[in-house]
Formats: sequence, C-alpha cells, structure tokens
Amino acid sequence: MQEMIDRAKELLADGTVDRVVGWRSGEFSYDITPGVFRSAEELDESFIYNDLCAPNLSKYLIKESRKEGKLLVFLKPCDTYSFNQLLKEHRILRENVYVIAVPCTGKIDVDTIKDKGIKGITSIESDGETVTIHTLYGDKTMPKAETLGDKCRTCKSKKHVVYDEIIGEDGEVNNDGARFELVEKLENMTPDERFEFWRNELSKCIRCNACRNVCPACSCENCVFDNPNSGIQQRAAVNSFEENMFHLIRSFHVAGRCTDCGECTRVCPQNIPLHLINRKYIKDINEFYGDYQAGEDAMSRAPLNAYTFDDCEPGIVYSRGGKA
Amino acid sequence: MFRLPVSKIDDLFGTIASSRTLYLPVDGNDGRAKYDKWSEGTKMSDKLNTVRSAKSFFFPQTTNICDFNVNGANVEVVDIREESEDFVVFGVRACDARSFTILDKVFLAEPVDSYYATRREHGTVVTMACSEPEENCFCNVFGIDAAAPEGDATCWIADGYLYITSNNEKGEKFVESISALLEETDDSAVKAQQETIHGIVEKLPFGKVSTDHFRKNTLLEIFNSEKWEKLSESCLGCGTCTFVCPTCQCYDIKDFDTGHGIKRYRTWDSCMYADFTKMAHGNSRNAQMQRFRQRFMHKLVYFPDNNNGEFGCVGCGRCLSRCPISMNIIKVIKEFGEE
Ligand code: SF4
Ligand code: SF4
Ligand code: SF4
Ligand code: SF4
Ligand code: SF4
Repeated sequence: MQEMIDRAKELLADGTVDRVVGWRSGEFSYDITPGVFRSAEELDESFIYNDLCAPNLSKYLIKESRKEGKLLVFLKPCDTYSFNQLLKEHRILRENVYVIAVPCTGKIDVDTIKDKGIKGITSIESDGETVTIHTLYGDKTMPKAETLGDKCRTCKSKKHVVYDEIIGEDGEVNNDGARFELVEKLENMTPDERFEFWRNELSKCIRCNACRNVCPACSCENCVFDNPNSGIQQRAAVNSFEENMFHLIRSFHVAGRCTDCGECTRVCPQNIPLHLINRKYIKDINEFYGDYQAGEDAMSRAPLNAYTFDDCEPGIVYSRGGKA
Repeated sequence: MFRLPVSKIDDLFGTIASSRTLYLPVDGNDGRAKYDKWSEGTKMSDKLNTVRSAKSFFFPQTTNICDFNVNGANVEVVDIREESEDFVVFGVRACDARSFTILDKVFLAEPVDSYYATRREHGTVVTMACSEPEENCFCNVFGIDAAAPEGDATCWIADGYLYITSNNEKGEKFVESISALLEETDDSAVKAQQETIHGIVEKLPFGKVSTDHFRKNTLLEIFNSEKWEKLSESCLGCGTCTFVCPTCQCYDIKDFDTGHGIKRYRTWDSCMYADFTKMAHGNSRNAQMQRFRQRFMHKLVYFPDNNNGEFGCVGCGRCLSRCPISMNIIKVIKEFGEE
C-alpha cells in the first residue's frame, strides 16, 4: 500500500495527474468507500489498499474522466476488464486517465463472514492466508479462502488487461471453468425446479437498484426503469411477473457487455446470486460464438454486435428443449 | 412478569397463530433473516436483525390505493380499502419498535393515513430485547434501550426461559390470550440480563457518538456546509439505505394500466433517486450531493425541528451494513462532529 501512496504522491507532485481515485478507509477496517484524493496529506490520512478493497472503481471514471484535469486510478485485475469495456463503449475518456494496475489475491467479504453467524465484527486482519476477525464477543480465525465474496471465490483472472504502469507482478487468466459450476447445476434442473429457484431468489428483491447503480455495464444516462415515458417506470413491482422482468431486462441489456465483475451480487442487500443470470449468458455466448470475454480488449466487436455467417440460428432454442 | 420455558416456544407460536396471523424473523436459506408468516415448524431466527426493517407491516413497499374501472367514457372509482386483519409481529427489536412511533408522527398526523392507521390498529407488536447487540448498533444515541424495547409487549430470553410483560392495553390482551402457557414470576432474571446488555452497549463502537452539532448549529449552516460534497462523492444513488431504513417514509403514487382499468398504488420512493424531485417545472435537486444531503438533513435536522427535537434515526445500523460503498449516517454525524 505504501508503494501506491508514494507513487500517487509523485504523480501528483510532478503534475502528471491532479487527483487520485482510490479507496478510503472507514470506521472499521472493512467499511471502505471509493474516494477522490487531491493532496498528499489526504492520501496519508485515509488512502487504503488491502484485502478488503472490493469496490470496483471503473464506473466512477465515467463521471470523473469528464471533469477537468487528469486523474490517476488504481485498478485490480477484474476492474481493468470493466475499464476496457467502458472504453469500448466510449464511456471513459482514456486520455484523462492514468491507470496503475495493482495486484489482488482475493477480497474478503464481511457479509460472507457475517452470514456464517459471526456477530459484532469490529475489525478484520489478513496475512494473506489466515483471517483474524475481532468481534465484540471474542476473536475468531478462519482461512482466507472461506471469507472471500462470490466474485473472488471464482475469480476469472489475475491478469490486468489494461494499464499505464503496474505495481507488482501481473497474474494469469484463470480458465478452470469453476465460475460456471453453479450455472451448470441450474442447467441440469428441470424447468420447474429452475423456475422455483429463481422465483424464490427474485422474490426477495426490494428494488433498491444497488445492482443496477453499481454495475459498470449499466451506464445509461437515463435507465428505462427511471423513464416515465417507458411505461415500466416502477419503484417496486406491481406483481411478481414484473419483478422478474426487471432482472431479465437488465441482464439482457448487459449480456455480452457484462465482464462478470461480480459487483451486482456483492452489493445486493438481499443476497440474490444475480451473477448467475449473467454467467449463464456468458456461458451461452462462449458455446454459441466461441470463447469471448467482455473487457478483454477495448477494440474488438462483441459477438452479439457482430454478424457472421457462422452465427447460430434462432432455431437453436428447439435443440435446447425450447417450445414453439 | 410472566415466563415460559423456551422449549415450549412452538406451543406459544401455535397459540398465537390460532387466532391471528403471526409474523416473526426467520432465517432464509442464505443466512440472512427476514420476517415471515409462522406456520407449523417455522423456527425463529437468532440473528440480531432482519435485512428489511419491520416497517413493512404498517407501511408496505407497495399499497394498492384504489382502482379505476374504465368503460368507454365512464370511469368508476373503486374504493378498495378494507380493515386490516388482526396480526402479531413477534421479535421486533427496540430500534424498529421506536421507528413505529416516528412513522406514527407522519402517518397518523392529520390528515390521518387510513391505510397505515388500520394496520397499526390491528397489529400487535411484541418486542425482543437484544442479548447480543452488534458493532453497527447505536440505538442508545437516540435514547433507545436495547434491554427494554417498547412495543405492546416485551420479551427477553434468559436462562432457558422466555420472559414476557405487557406495556399497554393491547399488550395485556395479548398476554391474556396466551396466559394458559405462562407462569407468573419475578423480574430478577430479566434485571440481570438487562445489566449484561447495558454492559455490552457501553462498549459499542458508536455508542458515544455525539449529535450535539445538529442541535447547536442552524439549519442553514449545516445545509450550506462544504462537507456534503466529499461525503457524497461516491454515492451511487441506489437508494438501498432508504429501503432498508425503518424510518424512511417517502413514497410515490403511481398508476398501473391493467388493460381495462387503472390500479393506483403507492410505492416506497427514495430521496436518493434522480427523479424524486422531478416535477412539471423541472428538477430542484440536480446533483447527487443534493439528494444525499436531503436524506441526512431530513433525519438529523428537519425531522427534529418539526418534532420537538426527536431525531429521525433509530440507530439500527442497517444503512451501515448495507450501503454498497459504506457511506452512512454515522460517517455523516462524525464528519460534522469533528470541527
Ligand atoms: S441489489 Fe438486490 S435487492 Fe436491490 S434491486 Fe438489485 S436484486 Fe433487488
Ligand atoms: S451485471 Fe454484475 S457482474 Fe456483470 S458487469 Fe454488471 S455488476 Fe458486473
Ligand atoms: S448512501 Fe449508499 S446506500 Fe444510500 S444511495 Fe448512496 S450508495 Fe446507495
Ligand atoms: S438512518 Fe440508518 S441507522 Fe438510522 S434508522 Fe435509518 S437505516 Fe437505521
Ligand atoms: S440498534 Fe439497538 S435495538 Fe436495534 S438491534 Fe441493535 S442493539 Fe438492538
């Protein structure tokens, strides 16, 4: 972390950038807030980078890169995919951003720990292997692997796909397919079971919009669900059919653009495994059009935006058990 | 004071549910608690609190207000209001219990909100003392005692017994209705537990946060402070904080076109949303900073100004644990406290 702060100070001092987008420490060791730092003092005071800095900073750059001056941003491997995807969609002004890639060994998720029944957590320390959790009711330890949030448990890549400079060693893409295991489980269910699974999950939704607002792929200036002329501008659903539709429409809209950054699931207060919907599409795109990872580069045309003679025909639904 | 062995708690729930609907916190399959209807076999959660607050029982996320049947040029307005059924909410924490009195000040003031009023009238609130308050709890800052929650009747679980006492007439009726299961007892076990709870509350990280600043300074001083800009800089405007908050009370009224008529309903709204203040003339809050400021000004300045100094927050800690970017009312209070 000190290396990051020192480098940021240098870049501020030599005028390369005039502000830094990073993570700000909170009241505990784990309530971390993305923030903009404008001075060396501010960096010393509250800049933090540790095993708990899960928030993806890329989406903030839509707004920040349009402001005057140049900014420095620190990006984790998964954040670089979101960054690239936003570049591809012309949402970030690249020339106004200086990217430093920072390594990540997986982020601890306080909710994952709380959901194991651990109460009153006042601080979390990690040595990279073991996590020590201090609570009002005594200390606990557990292997770090058990404390990771969904997005990190099946991390798709430790490789940074875009940066101007890198701190530490770059990692490798992870192709073990582990992130599709739960999707396969869902695919193997009967349609009724699957419907039941999703009804149960989606009925918990309170339409707080955290998933949408955090999502780097959801960057529309005026979301259809906020548009009074769309006819579907609902604060909450009138009935359960509509509730499902919010998620289906949103997921279709980000299909092929979702980098699987996992932010939606991380922020959902109701613990709905939203990433599984998007991963299903990612898996299907891989199967129908060949392996594709959104955000891997900032230039290529995505399979869903490109036409080739080899594209699968709509009739494919029949061979997959669909009905006319 | 009455008690019954915790081993008999299913009989208690069965008895309550035999005459009215019983709701209580239960664990979902994901380890998080929510209020649910009791039926044979339902187990009460031992989590400290539910993700959504208990306000939904009186102020649900959506309420159908009236229907319009449209037939050519004829529009018939259908009053669909009905009396609420009797129900019991069991296991409400002290913070949520206090939130009802805050909501009452809004919904029961003239003109009375009849949708809310009928639910309040027919609902019995049975609270549960918090034996293990957590790091985000700061109810005591607002004068709420986690060891002696308000509500129609109050329970404690100590030494294998559930202790219960009533606080008002509704509570007396409730205790009366389950009296066959109860034995009378003194309050020594409850007193001992209360002492333990107070000991824990004493050590809570936010238990001593000071709200003085919001009393000493004028509305405009706080409103015009430069601090809001930085506090709100990474707010996503998602509204999660408002939807999980037991005291957030804003709603919007919308029409749903059913194809042969209109369903007019109200639904929770959030001051964090860009279109919250969108009106015919335009929008009076165009930046997220203004929206963010509104949420905290309402709870810490406007509400107390209009309600004899009572703050519009009960310190339940939900906005602390649920905000995607960990920005919350404690950080706001502290930022203003540090001059
Ligand atoms: S974050 Fe979760 S609860 Fe909120 S709108 Fe999205 S799915 Fe629903
Ligand atoms: S849908 Fe979820 S996983 Fe995909 S880009 Fe958006 S937040 Fe990330
Ligand atoms: S304060 Fe947090 S929960 Fe509330 S709208 Fe902003 S980001 Fe969402
Ligand atoms: S503002 Fe936060 S702590 Fe206060 S009552 Fe609402 S959710 Fe609870
Ligand atoms: S804020 Fe107070 S009343 Fe609410 S759950 Fe925590 S300790 Fe209990």
